[in-house]
Amino acid sequence: MGLPDDYRLMARIRRFEERLTALKDAGEIPGSIHLCNGQEAVPVGACRALRDGDHVTATYRGHGWAIARGVDLTGLFAEMMGRDSALCGGRAASPYLSDPGRWFVGENSIVGAGVPIATGAALTAQRTASGAVSVVSIGDGAMNQGNVHEALNLAAVLDLPLVLVVENNVYSEMSRISDMVRVKQLAERAAGYGLPGRVVDGNDPDAVYDAVAEAVDRAREGSGPSIVEAMTERLVGHYSGDAQHYRPAGEIAAARLREPLARIRAAADADLTARLDAIDAEVDAEIEAAVTAARAVPHPDPATAREHVYV
Amino acid sequence: MSESLRYIQAVNAALTWALDSRTDTVYFGEDVALPGGPFGATKGLHKRFGSDRIFDTPISETGFLGMALGAAMTGLRPIAEIMYADFSFVAMDQIVNQIATIRYSSAGRWKAPLVIRMQQGYSPGACAQHSHSPEAYFAHTPGLRVALPATPDDAYQMLRTAVVSDDPVVVAEARMLYPTRGPVRTDAPVEPVGGARVVRSGADVTVVAWSRMVSAALDAATTLAGEGIDVEVVDLRWLNPLDFDTVAASVARTGRLVVAHEANLTGGFGAEIAARAAAECFADLRAPIARVAAPDVPMPAAPALQAVVVPEAATVADAVRRTVRP
Ligand SMILES: Cc1ncc(C[n+]2csc(CCOP(=O)(O)OP(=O)(O)O)c2C)c(N)n1
Repeated sequence: MGLPDDYRLMARIRRFEERLTALKDAGEIPGSIHLCNGQEAVPVGACRALRDGDHVTATYRGHGWAIARGVDLTGLFAEMMGRDSALCGGRAASPYLSDPGRWFVGENSIVGAGVPIATGAALTAQRTASGAVSVVSIGDGAMNQGNVHEALNLAAVLDLPLVLVVENNVYSEMSRISDMVRVKQLAERAAGYGLPGRVVDGNDPDAVYDAVAEAVDRAREGSGPSIVEAMTERLVGHYSGDAQHYRPAGEIAAARLREPLARIRAAADADLTARLDAIDAEVDAEIEAAVTAARAVPHPDPATAREHVYV
Repeated sequence: MSESLRYIQAVNAALTWALDSRTDTVYFGEDVALPGGPFGATKGLHKRFGSDRIFDTPISETGFLGMALGAAMTGLRPIAEIMYADFSFVAMDQIVNQIATIRYSSAGRWKAPLVIRMQQGYSPGACAQHSHSPEAYFAHTPGLRVALPATPDDAYQMLRTAVVSDDPVVVAEARMLYPTRGPVRTDAPVEPVGGARVVRSGADVTVVAWSRMVSAALDAATTLAGEGIDVEVVDLRWLNPLDFDTVAASVARTGRLVVAHEANLTGGFGAEIAARAAAECFADLRAPIARVAAPDVPMPAAPALQAVVVPEAATVADAVRRTVRP
């Protein structure tokens, strides 16, 4: 745990998405994709606090959560390429994929809608006394969506084992969060539901781990939900093709100095640097193998288009 | 005067017209002000009209559609933008229980002159939550007007009509049509609400379509002309008010009817047209009415699956052939 495992996982997510961008540019991915470049420490730190059986619900920016939860890389590439992936058979694509085998309740491209669903997973855990927790990630903008408020209050009054991770990357699409809320930190809202709320450095996987582990422990012992707000930054556009004209000059360059991978590298001595280089090479090979395998996955058989609507 | 504009530019021109000519108009939604809208529909409007007239909202569809209603009831003319039609479902209470009912339930003492602007339909690789064509939900709701412009000119004319209307209007554009270019009559007088249009005359069969399916129907008609089948295409334009007279008059000429929409089949608005035609045009019909629609599945993201789910010109042509040569 911790370095260099966190580095490897974050590098896997970063490389996965860089490769995805290249595939998108080459026309191998049909729909739009939303990358978590720069935000890798949040899913990596949070998932380190989880066990098998704990459910994770993400947003459409959820590739990092899927990978941190151990979802198969080939399946992820194939799903986004519109192929007959073992995950969702080409039906979900980048913003809506899921994997019950890895307790990944999945992504959601309706902003905030994952929180009520995650509340349901927490209800199952509580009523079946499974000891599991339900972790849900949303963006800063999603904190303003009505379904989030309803679900948080519900989870609070039922003392459900729910952990809400707010990934505050400053923007919702093209709007700054500071123009959209009057609180300084979104975690302040936790008090309004009678819940604990913490703000952490979302570019530091250890800080994220500490806060989420505390919330997970609390949830497991029956003390109810918590909110963790992880402060981070987006290194790329909201979606593939976003020119980001709304971001001030120099902002992304500055973020590149603070992002989690660069930060580890900046603090590394020669010995660690050599180890990180080796990890990068291994991750590269792993990603290339997954791309090759995904390309070999056939496109879905059109004759199956009507399958899976009903049991 | 007629200008050649893309569909999305025609929307921008109509909004400029609305904000210019009616000082009670306000426009709001997500990313509409400084960013100019996710598709560029509101480009330049914030600079020109300022934050009092056009502003960004938090991601809170229920909140800002309810705000539109309250503002409309008390003196403003709000245009609220729902980014993808799919997100209107988040605010369905405000649309169905609140916006649509207030005028009736107050015996006309309140009215709700507001516009809900959105775009809908499939696009390659988009998942089920970004591909809905929800027009039948709105058309099923008494109290709402429902407009689905199929051309740049209608994108301009129908949006202006919607802004001037004293009723709440849902204007659902088709995302896939945004890049299409065509003549726009920028100096035409504002049209009244409603009115279908025969966009191609023909003698053998009537195809009633709206939104993206109008161009699919026209393409099918071109193909079928080569096979000796003469197709008349009616663009329904408004589902509410429904101009059934134009449909009935066309069926009286051709004796055959095909209804085509992108939304899935069951309970789609095509069923309404078919039922009306069966009741009112029975004597004119020489063949069973055919419906073209997506099958009853959520939209898959993979293009290989979309290709068999999304109705296109070929789907329309097949239905016409079955109707004309059973
Ligand atoms: C209900 C709903 N409204 C609007 C959208 C369009 N939309 C997609 S992402 C997004 C911004 C979300 O911002 P945030 O929650 O901060 O997450 P981030 O993208 O920054 O990760 C918006 C408005 C949507 N998908 N769903």
